Amino acid sequence: MSDNHKVIGRSVPRIDGPEKVTGAAKYTGDLKFPNMLYGKILTSPHAHARIVSIDTSEAERLPGVKAVITHKDVPALKYGLSPARWDESIFCSDKVRFVGDKVAAVACLDEDTCYKALKLIKVEYEVLPAVLDFLHAMDEGQPQVHEEYARNINTEIHQEFGDVEKALAEAHHVRTDTFVGQRTYQSPIEPHSAISMWDKEKLTIYSSTQSPHYFQHYIAREFDMPMGDVRIIKPYLGGGFGGKLEPTGLEFAGAVLAKLTGRPVRTFYDRAEMFAHNRGRHAQYMEITTGVDKNGKILAAKANFIMDGGAYTSLGIASAYYAGALLPLTYEFDNYQFDMFRVYTNLPACGAQRGHGAPQPKYAFESHLDNVAADLGIDPMDIRIINARRPNTVTPNDFRVNSCKIKECLERVRVMSGWDEKKKNLPLGRGIGVATGSFVTGAGYPIYRTDLPHAAAFIKVCEDGTAATLYTGSVDIGQGSDTVLCQMAAEAMGYRYEQMKIVAADTEITPLDFGAYASRQTYMSGAAVKQAGEEVKRQVLEMASAMLGLPADDLECADGRIFSKSRDGKSLSFEEVARKHFVLRGPLLGRGSYTPPKLGGNFKGAAVGTSPAYSFGAQVGEVAIDEETGEISVVGIWDVHDCGKVINPRLLHGQVHGALYMGMGEAVWEEVIFDDKGRIKNPELANYRLLTAVDMPPITSEVVDSYEPTGPWGVKEVGEGATNPTLGMFSNAIFDAMGVRVNSLPLSYEKVWRALKEKREREEYARRQASARREEAQLETGAATLYANPI
Amino acid sequence: MAQEITGKDGVKRYLITLNVNGDAHSVLVKGNAILTNVLREQLDLTGTKKGCELGDCGSCTVLLDGRPVDSCLVLAVEADGREITTIEGVAANGRLDAIQESMINHAAVQCGYCTPGMVLSAKALLTRNPNPSEQEVREAISGNLCRCTGYVHIVEAVMATAQGRVTPDDH
Repeated sequence: MSDNHKVIGRSVPRIDGPEKVTGAAKYTGDLKFPNMLYGKILTSPHAHARIVSIDTSEAERLPGVKAVITHKDVPALKYGLSPARWDESIFCSDKVRFVGDKVAAVACLDEDTCYKALKLIKVEYEVLPAVLDFLHAMDEGQPQVHEEYARNINTEIHQEFGDVEKALAEAHHVRTDTFVGQRTYQSPIEPHSAISMWDKEKLTIYSSTQSPHYFQHYIAREFDMPMGDVRIIKPYLGGGFGGKLEPTGLEFAGAVLAKLTGRPVRTFYDRAEMFAHNRGRHAQYMEITTGVDKNGKILAAKANFIMDGGAYTSLGIASAYYAGALLPLTYEFDNYQFDMFRVYTNLPACGAQRGHGAPQPKYAFESHLDNVAADLGIDPMDIRIINARRPNTVTPNDFRVNSCKIKECLERVRVMSGWDEKKKNLPLGRGIGVATGSFVTGAGYPIYRTDLPHAAAFIKVCEDGTAATLYTGSVDIGQGSDTVLCQMAAEAMGYRYEQMKIVAADTEITPLDFGAYASRQTYMSGAAVKQAGEEVKRQVLEMASAMLGLPADDLECADGRIFSKSRDGKSLSFEEVARKHFVLRGPLLGRGSYTPPKLGGNFKGAAVGTSPAYSFGAQVGEVAIDEETGEISVVGIWDVHDCGKVINPRLLHGQVHGALYMGMGEAVWEEVIFDDKGRIKNPELANYRLLTAVDMPPITSEVVDSYEPTGPWGVKEVGEGATNPTLGMFSNAIFDAMGVRVNSLPLSYEKVWRALKEKREREEYARRQASARREEAQLETGAATLYANPI
Repeated sequence: MAQEITGKDGVKRYLITLNVNGDAHSVLVKGNAILTNVLREQLDLTGTKKGCELGDCGSCTVLLDGRPVDSCLVLAVEADGREITTIEGVAANGRLDAIQESMINHAAVQCGYCTPGMVLSAKALLTRNPNPSEQEVREAISGNLCRCTGYVHIVEAVMATAQGRVTPDDH
C-alpha cells in the first residue's frame, strides 16, 4: 500500500485535550439549568420481596419535595435488549428482584432533601427466599425470579458445528477443564447522571450515555413519543466500558419527574449505586473440552457454560451468545459445540463490559490450552502458533475473517518478551505466560431491530474555508473517536486536522450513529466520515477545475492545497476554493453513511459475533510469586496487536494500555462480593480494588503491519480486543511460575497461596507414601533376608 | 472563627472565605458541607470532579495551601481563609502549564474525568520535587484512579515535564 497520508497515521493531539486538562470540559453532572431540581431513586433493601404497599404521603409533605413517583406514575411497558425478553420496568410494581431494584423516585430542591424524602417513603415488603448462587439457580425447588421463566433460565443456547463427538473420538488426546469467573464492574470514574427537561411535548435529556441513539429509541418507545420529539445529548463522558450503553432508571424516572414538575431534573447514581446499576460482567462457569492430535492441533472444542445474569436480561442475552461465538476466532478448528444457560438470580443484572462476554471464556480456553500443551510436552507458544488462524478463512460458526495476523503477533511477542530464553532460565517462582485474543470490529447487526444504517456523518465547510465541522452521532467516551474521526475527515477532504471542529452525539443535530460499543466507531463511523469527506473533496476539485481551467481528474487536494497532478505551477488553497464554492454554488457539504454487508450463517443466534472485520492480538506476561504469601508481582507485559491501519498511534496504544489495565485488574484483584442477603459488601473503588499507578508493571505495546481490505484505509478495532488475552495470560504465567493452576477468577494471592499449600501437601503426602513404600519394601527385604539367613 | 448564622429552617450556617485561585469568595455553608460541593455548586468550579465522595478516586483533588487533598474529605469550614488551587487555576492567562501541555501531547488524557486531579497531584509533586524518579511519580499519583490509561502515558507525561520535554519524539 502506498502510504502518503498527510493526516492519518500521526499521533496528533486530542481535539478535546485543552478543555480536559483545564477543567473546562463539562460532563453531565457539571451542567446546571435555571430552576433545576435534584432527583434520586428509592431502591429495594431486599434481594427478593413482594411489595405489599407503598405510602409516599409523608415524603410528599416534606418541604422542598416537588414530586414523588412510583409505578403508578410511569408507563407499565417493560424494556430490555431483546423483544423476546423485555423483562424490566421503570419501577417495580409487584415485587423487587435484587438489592437496588427501583421502587420510587423523588424530585427536590436540593440533594439533602432527596435523601430525607427517600427515608420518608414507607414501603412494606413481604420478604421472599432469594436465588443467590447461580450454579444452583436451575435446581428443582429454587425460588422463581420471574414467574414466566421456568427454572430461572433466561437464555438457553445449544449450537453445534461439524461433528464434535467423531472428532473427539479420533483425537490423540482429549482433556476437559473447568473454570469459574467472577463478577466485575466497569467502574468508570464518572458516575452516571442525566438531566431531563421538557419543552411542551418535546423531551431533552443530557445523559452520560454511550449511545444517544439507542436511548432515543427506547425513551420514545417507553413514552410512546415520536423519535423526533426526543433529544438525547451526550456532553463530555467520563468513561463507559459498556456500563453506560443502555437506558437506566435515571433517564426514565428523570423524564417523568421533569414532566410532573415542569422543571429540569438532574438524576444521578453515587458510587455504590453504580455497582448496583452499571450492569457488570457476568460471572461464568466454564467447562472446556478439546481433542488434539499428537502435534497439539485442535480437532474439536466443546464449551459448556453457565452465566449469572442477575435479575434482568439487560444486554446479557448478547453477552451469552458472545461468550461462545468469539471462542473459535484465534485458533482454527472445524468442530465446535457451544452450550450455555444464562440464569436469573436475585443479584444486580449483568450486561456488557469491555470485551463483552468474551474475556472469561478466553481465560478458560487459554488456561486449558496450556494444560493440553503441558500434557503433550509442547511449548505454549508453539501450540498457539500451530493452531493460529490464517487470513481469509471462515470460522465454524460462519464468521468470515479477512485480515488476520495472529501468527505474526505471536512470533513478534515471542521475540519482544524474550520468551525462549525466559522459558529455559526462569527460576521457580518466576513465570511467563502467553495468551491470544480477538474481537469484533463493530457488530454486524444493529443493537435493536431496524434497517437504518449503522453510521452517518455530515461535514460542513465554513463559508470562508478556514474550518470544517464534522457532525457525527458517534460517541467519544474517552477512547478518542472525536479526534480519530476528525483525522479521517481531514484526510478524505485533503484538509488539515488543526482546522477541524466536531459536533457529536446530539440526536437533534448530528446524524444517526449507533454509538460506542462493540468497538465499532473507527471502522463504521469512520467509513461514513470518509464518504462525507470524499464528497467535499469532489466538489472542491470540481470548483478548482473551473478556477484553474484544468480537468478535475488531473487535480489533487492534500493538506489544504489543490494542485495539478501532472504539471507544476499554480496551486490554490482549500480556503479560496471553498469560499468560491459557497459564493457560486452554495454551502459546501459532504454526507456519508455506512451499512454493513449481510454477514453470518443461518442458525439460531448466528448474528451475534458477526462483524465486517476482526482484530487479533497476543500478550505475554511475566510474574514473580512469593511462595510464602502467594503475592503476585508483575514483572512486565508485552502486547502485539493486529488492528489494521493505525489512525493515531498514541491513542491506539492508550487503548491497549487501558484494556490491559482492566484485564489485569480482573485477572488478579477486582471482584464484587455479596453477603448472604444479596447485598454488595464492597461497593467502593478502593475495596473493589481498582489498580493504582504503583501497581502497574512496565507495558510494551506494538502493532504488526496490517491492512483490513474492507475497512476505511484498512482499519480494524483495538479498544476491546486487548482485554481478551489478559486473564488467560496471567493464569498461564502463574502456572509456569509455580506449577499450580488456579481454576477461578480472580487469581488472588490467597488462592495462589492455597494452591501452593495444597501442592506442597500433595507432594508431602506423595513423599510420605513413597518413603512408607520404601520402608515397607526394606522391611520385606529385611524379613526375607532374615528368613533366608536366620541368625 | 467563622461567623455563624442560623436560618429560619433552624440550620446553622457559617460565613467563610475561600481563597480560590487567587480570588476571595465569601460563602455561606452548612457545617457538614464538603469542599467539593461548595466549589462545584456555589462557585461553579466544576473542573473539580466527583467520582466517589469517599476519598478513593482522587478526581476531586485540589491543592490546599499547596498540598494535594481529596476535597471530598475536607469540610468547607476547614478551608476557611486558606489558599485553594483548583484545576481552573493551573493555566495562567490562557497559557497552559507545562504539565497540561505534556499530558495532551503524550495522549495521557482519555475520558478526562481523572485529569484535573491528576494534573494537580503531578503539579504538586513537581513543585516539591522537580526531578522525581518514576517510582516517585507513581507514588505521587497513586491517590488518583484512572480507569482508561493504565497510567502508562500519564507517567510518561509527568516524567517528560520534569525533564523539560513536553512533546514526545513520535509527535
